[in-house]
Amino acid sequence: MSPEQTHPPGNSDATLLSLRGAAKTFGPVVALADGTVELRAGEIHALVGENGAGKSTLVKVLAGLYHPDAGVFEIEGEPVAFRTVADSKAAGISVIYQEPTLFPDLTVAENIFIGRQPKGRAGLISRARMRTEARVLFERLGVPIDPDRIAEGLSIADQQIIEIAKAISLDAKVLVMDEPTAALSGVEVERLFAVARSLRDRGAGILFISHRFDEIFELTDRITVMRDGRYIATHDTAAVTTADIVREMVGRDIAALFPKVDAEIGDTVLRVDGLSSAGVFRDISFEVRSGEIVALAGLVGAGRTEVARAVFGIDGYDTGKVELLGRRLRQRDPQAAINAGIGFVPEDRRKQGLVMDLSVARNATLTLRHALARFGLISGSRERRAAAEWTKRLQVKTGSQEYAVSTLSGGNQQKVVLAKWLATAPKLLIVDEPTRGIDVGTKAEVHRLISDLAGRGIAILMISSELPEVLGMADRVLVMHEGRITARLDRADATPEAVMHAATASMEPVE
Amino acid sequence: MTDTATPTPTPTPARSSRRRGVAALLHLRELPVAVALIALVLITYAANPLFLSPQGTKDLLLNATIMIILAVGQALVIITRNVDLSVGSILGLVAFGTGSLFANVPGIPIIAVFAIGLVFGAVLGAVNGLLVTVARVPALVITLGTLYIYRGLNNAWAGGTQYFADDRPEAFGALSVDTILGFPLITLLAVVVVIVVAIVMAGTRAGRDLYAIGSDPDAANLFGIPVGRRVFIAFAVNGVLAGLAGVLYASRFNSVGATTGTGLELDVVAAAVVGGVAIFGGSGSVAGAAIGAVLLTTITSALTALRVDKFWQQAIVGVLILAAIIIDRVASIRTARRLRISEARDV
Amino acid sequence: MSDTKRTEMVEPTATSAVSADTTETLRDEPRGRTGLGRILLGRDAIMIYLLIATIVIAMISIPRFASPVTVGFLLLDVIPVLLIAMPMTLIIITGEIDLSVASIAGLTSALIGVLWQAGLDIGVVLVLGVVIGVAAGAMNGFLVAVVGLPSLAVTIGTLALFRGLALVVIGDNAVANFPPELTAFFTSKLGATGIPTVMIGVLLIIVVFGVLLHFTPFGRGLYALGFSKEAARFVGIHVARSKFWLYVASGGVSALAGIYWTLRYSSARSDNASGLELAVIAAVLLGGVSIFGGKGSIPGVVAGVLLIGTINYALRLGRVSDVVLIIVTGTLLIASVVAPSIVDAVKRRSHDRRVRRELPEPVGSGSVSA
Repeated sequence: MSPEQTHPPGNSDATLLSLRGAAKTFGPVVALADGTVELRAGEIHALVGENGAGKSTLVKVLAGLYHPDAGVFEIEGEPVAFRTVADSKAAGISVIYQEPTLFPDLTVAENIFIGRQPKGRAGLISRARMRTEARVLFERLGVPIDPDRIAEGLSIADQQIIEIAKAISLDAKVLVMDEPTAALSGVEVERLFAVARSLRDRGAGILFISHRFDEIFELTDRITVMRDGRYIATHDTAAVTTADIVREMVGRDIAALFPKVDAEIGDTVLRVDGLSSAGVFRDISFEVRSGEIVALAGLVGAGRTEVARAVFGIDGYDTGKVELLGRRLRQRDPQAAINAGIGFVPEDRRKQGLVMDLSVARNATLTLRHALARFGLISGSRERRAAAEWTKRLQVKTGSQEYAVSTLSGGNQQKVVLAKWLATAPKLLIVDEPTRGIDVGTKAEVHRLISDLAGRGIAILMISSELPEVLGMADRVLVMHEGRITARLDRADATPEAVMHAATASMEPVE
Repeated sequence: MTDTATPTPTPTPARSSRRRGVAALLHLRELPVAVALIALVLITYAANPLFLSPQGTKDLLLNATIMIILAVGQALVIITRNVDLSVGSILGLVAFGTGSLFANVPGIPIIAVFAIGLVFGAVLGAVNGLLVTVARVPALVITLGTLYIYRGLNNAWAGGTQYFADDRPEAFGALSVDTILGFPLITLLAVVVVIVVAIVMAGTRAGRDLYAIGSDPDAANLFGIPVGRRVFIAFAVNGVLAGLAGVLYASRFNSVGATTGTGLELDVVAAAVVGGVAIFGGSGSVAGAAIGAVLLTTITSALTALRVDKFWQQAIVGVLILAAIIIDRVASIRTARRLRISEARDV
Repeated sequence: MSDTKRTEMVEPTATSAVSADTTETLRDEPRGRTGLGRILLGRDAIMIYLLIATIVIAMISIPRFASPVTVGFLLLDVIPVLLIAMPMTLIIITGEIDLSVASIAGLTSALIGVLWQAGLDIGVVLVLGVVIGVAAGAMNGFLVAVVGLPSLAVTIGTLALFRGLALVVIGDNAVANFPPELTAFFTSKLGATGIPTVMIGVLLIIVVFGVLLHFTPFGRGLYALGFSKEAARFVGIHVARSKFWLYVASGGVSALAGIYWTLRYSSARSDNASGLELAVIAAVLLGGVSIFGGKGSIPGVVAGVLLIGTINYALRLGRVSDVVLIIVTGTLLIASVVAPSIVDAVKRRSHDRRVRRELPEPVGSGSVSA
C-alpha cells in the first residue's frame, strides 16, 4: 500500500453515492472482491485500474445490472438495493457506456424520451413538445444536435451526448461514464469535458472511468484506484502524479508470478511491413521470431486487435504486406493463414474463440476438420480421439467431452481454444488477451503453457492490456497508441512507466 | 491530442428547417413505392384512358380494399420483428363463418356479424400472440403452424359446403358495391382503418414502443418496455384486421368455402415489404404498407389494361419485392459507410 | 436468420448496457448426454421411435395398410418433400431459409413442359430443367450470401418471381404427352416390394446429403456457422461460399423434384408443387432441426418426412378426412418447437435455484437492504 493513500472519508453531507465492500462472483471467477467508491455531489471522480481490476463489474453493480453478493450501497445516505436497471435509473444513476444503446430506427428526441414521450392535444404524443424539450436539453449541454434526426448513423460522440441528455432529463444525480473517450477525437473529447464540467458545477456527481492519464489529470477532482477486484486508495488529483497512480495500479512483484523460460530465439517467422488500414492503424511494421514472445501493449482502442485480425485475415488492409516464413500471405483469407501455420486465439472467447453450443470435442477439433478427413470423410472416433488427446494434454477440466463448451469455466474454455490451435502445430500463435476473465490459478497455467510453446520454437504474438502479463512474459514489447506503434522496448527496458507513457502518448511516436 | 478530422456538427434546426423538410421527404421510406404506384397508374392511363374511368377507378379501389386492411395488420407485426403467415387462414375462417352465420341465422343484423367476425379474428390472432410471446419461438414457425391448423379447421368446418351470393342478405352484398360520392364504401372503411392505426403508431407510447421493440429488442427489454404485452397485442390486432377483411371478403366475393384465402399471406407480406416496412422491424409505416397493397393489386388491372399477359403479374411482384429489399440494403450500406468515415480517427 | 444492422467500429469488448455478461458457470451441469445415451435418447431417436410407433398403430388399426401397394403410394407421395428437405435441412442449420423451392420446382416443370412440346429431345429437356433450377438457386445464393440480404425476404421475392416466370413460360396450359416409357418408369416398382424404382435415386441423394452434413469437414463447418458466424470465420470457414453453394444445391434438387412431379403425374403445369415449401419446412422442423440454426440431422428429418407422410396416408386409408391431417401437421409443428422452449425454461429455473443455493446469500439485513 502506498504511504500517501487517502482513506475515503466517512459520510459527509455532500456524499451522493457510497459503495463499500461490494463483491460479485461468477462460479469460480471472482469479478469483484472489495468494490468501494464514494462520490460527492459536485465532483468529477476518476476510477482507474487495469483490465480485470473490477471496474466494469463495479459499474454494472451501480447500474443495477448485477446484484452484489455482499457490500453496503447507499445513495445520499439511504441504503439501496436495485433489482433492475429501472430501479437504478429511478434512484438517479445514469450510466454512459462506451457503446451507447440507442434505437437506430427512432429519432434522437424519441430516444431521449422513449417510454415517457410528452403528450399534447387529445392525449397523443406531441412531436413539437418533444422537439422543444430536446432542444432545451441540447442547449443546456451546449451541443447542437437535430432532435428529429434518426439515431442511426450518428457518431459515437453524438450518441454519448444524447445519452447524457437522456440522463439529465431523468434528473440524474450520478453520471457514470465508462471509458467514454476511447472512440472520440480531440475536439469531441473537449466537448464532452465541457459538458461534464457544467454538469458538475450544477451539483451532479460524475464517475469517470478511464485509462487516459492526461484526461484524468485535466478533468477530475479525485481518483480511486482498484486492483485485482479490490479498492486500493483514493487521492485528490492535485496531490498525486501519474507515476504514483501507475505504481498503485500495478503494485506487485512481477518476476515471481510468471515462470518465464528463456527460449532460444531463431529465425523470423512473421514479418509485417508497412501495414495500414484507413482510420484504424498506420504503418505497422514488426517481426516475430521463432521462440520469441512479442507483446503488443496499449490501451483499449489503440488498434492492436485490428492489426492481429488483419494479419490473420479476418479483416482486410489497404497497404503493406504480411509474410510468414518468407512467403507472402494473402489477405482476407483465414484458411490460408491457418494453412500457412498461424493460429489465432481471439479476444472474445464466447463469440469468436468458441462455438458455445457445440461440445468440447467438436470445438477442439474444428480446426482439424480438414486434417482429420480421409478421402474427404471424417470419422467420429478419430475426431473424439484427437479431442481427448489434446484436452488431456492441456488438462481441460470437464465432465465429458460431449458436454457443451459453455458449461466449462472461463479458464478451461480458454484451454480448449488453445488446444484447438495447438493441434494444428502452428508456427505462429497470436493470442489476444489470453487470460482475460480467468481465475488466478488457470492464469498461471496459461502463462506457463505459452512460455513452454515459445521454448519449443513457436513464435508468439501476444496482445495484452495487463501490464504484469506483458512485462512478465514478453521478450519484446511493442506499444501502440491510436493506431501507431509508439514504442519498441526490449525486455530489459520495459518498465510499467515506459509502457504506460507510450500507451497514453505522453511520448513522441517512434519508428 | 491533435486531430484534423473534425466531425461535421449537425446543422441547427432553425437555420435549415425548410431544407430539412425537403430532404426528409426525399428520404421517406414510403417514397419509392408511392412513386412506383403513381408511375404505374400514369403509364397505364396514358396507354389506356379507360383505366381510370369511373368504373375502372372504382374497381381499382375495391380490389385494393381487402389487401390494404391485411397489409396494415401485417405491418404492425413485422415492425416488431415478427411475421404472421396465418392471415390467409384467419381470413378464410372468418369469411366462411360470416357466410355460415347469414345462411343459418336468418335475420341476424349485419352489425352483429361484423362484431362476431372481429372477435373471431381477435381470438385467432391472440393465439398466435400467446404462442410467440410465451414460447419464445420465432413467429415464422408459430404462424406456419397456425396457418395449417386454422386452414384445417376451415376445411373441417366447411367440408364441401360453399356459401354463395344468394345466401347472404342483399344489403350485405351491397356494402361492397355502394359508394359515397363515388368513393366505394368499404374502401373508405379501409382508409379509416389506415388513418386510425397510423395515428396510434405515430402518436401513442404503445405504438412507438412497437418500433423500439423491432429496432432493438434487447434494449427495449432493458429500458422497461413491456415487450411481451405489446407484441401480443400486435398479433391480436392483426387478427382483428384479418377478421374484418374476412367479413368484407364475404361481402365482396360470390363464394366462400374451405379454400378461401389460401395463399394470401405471402402477398400480404410482399405488400408490406414493398411498402417500405423493413423485414427486420423497427421502421416503415402502415401508410407505406397500404400503398404497397394498392400497388400490388393495381398491377393485375394495369396489366390487363395494357394488354400485357396477366401471367406477368406474379413475376413483377417478385421483382418488386427484391427491388425493395435491395434499395433498403443499399441505403443502410451508405449510412454505415458514412458512419465509418465520420468515426475514423486520423491515424 | 440473423443479421447485424449496425457496423461497430469500437473495440469488440466495448461496454454496453445490453451485453451484460452474466456468465454463471457451474461445474457438473451437463448440456449434452454422452455416448450411447446420446444416440438412443436424442431428438433423432425420438423421431424414429415415433415413426415406428405410428407405423405399428397404423398397421394394427387400418386394414390393408401393411401392403406393398401402401408402401408404393406412400413413398411416391412423399418423394418431392423428401428430396427438397435434404438441402433445406442444411440451409436451416446455417441459420437461413429458402422459401422459393416449390416455385423453382414449378418453374422447372413449366420449362420442361414447354420445351418438350417444342419438340426437343427429352434428354436435353431434362438437363435444361436441372440447369434452370441451378441458376435459380445461384440467384438466391448470390443475393443472400454475397450481397448479404436477409434470406426470408429474398426467398419470398424469388418465390413470387420464379412462380411468376413459370406462369409466363407455360401460362394456363398443361403439357401431358410425355413419353409413356418415362412416366411408367417413374411409377414403376421394384419387384414385389412395392418400393418405387426412383427411390434408388432418392436414397442416393439422401445419402449424399447425409454424408455431406455428418461426415465431411464442410458439414462440420455448417454446424459451427449456424451457431456462430464469427467463430466460424475464425477457424477458416468460408461463410459466404458455403451458403452460396447450399442455395445452388437447393435449386438443383428442387428442379429434380419438379421433374419428378411432372413425370409422375405426366403433367406440366404452372402451379405444380404449389405450397410445397411449407410442407418441407414443417417436416424439417418436426425432424428436429432448430430454426435458429446449428442443430439438426438428416436421419431426424427423414423420419419427420416419413412420419407426416405415414400419418397422411394412414388417415386417408382409414377414411379420415384430409382435414385432420392438416391440423395434425400444424399441431405437431408447433409442439415440436414449443416443447424445447418449455424444457429450456424448466432447466433455467432449476439452474437459477442451484445458483441461489451455491453462492453466498446476497441479501443480509443491515448490509444491502432489499
